[in-house]
Amino acid sequence: MLYLGLAVFLLLNLLAGLWRVHRGPTAADRMLAALLFGTTTVAVLLLLAEAMGLPALRDVALLFVVLAAVIAVAFTRVPRRFEKGEE
Amino acid sequence: MTLLDALSAGLLLLGGLFFLTGTVGLLRFPGVFDRLHALTKADNLGLGCVVAALILQAETGWVAAKLVLIWMLALIAATVSAHLIARFSLRARGGARRTPP
Repeated sequence: MLYLGLAVFLLLNLLAGLWRVHRGPTAADRMLAALLFGTTTVAVLLLLAEAMGLPALRDVALLFVVLAAVIAVAFTRVPRRFEKGEE
Repeated sequence: MTLLDALSAGLLLLGGLFFLTGTVGLLRFPGVFDRLHALTKADNLGLGCVVAALILQAETGWVAAKLVLIWMLALIAATVSAHLIARFSLRARGGARRTPP
């Protein structure tokens, strides 16, 4: 029961992070919120894997972790328009 | 067994506290670098606490090894992401350009 409670609490953290996505003045701020989403989602998946007895969710968490590194690289490499545009 | 359960519950609560700290830092700090500082450290420590709590409850060694692998990969990903975003943000405001070779 503690697992599920903590998972719900972390999901509420995610909801709070959405406010930064909405508000954040620069693109980097929104990217930071995406970083928060990555870490918190991994924790939620691990907790759910233990609480609901679904070991496959650990593999999903592993996939999320591997993709989390790609996100930042894609953010800094691909959209060149942010570099001179948006303040 | 009950001692193990209590230790696990304590680690889970500590992890939740660290996650809360990271979120509050992300919402309340004034600049990009402050938020980066708050987020990347506190969140990964929280994930570490949650992973440690789950390792104490793991049935087999393989599950524990996979959890450790997930945490290690999360640390590496967070380090790379923090460095890239900090450099991106520094260049976006016109500082520390790469010098031509």
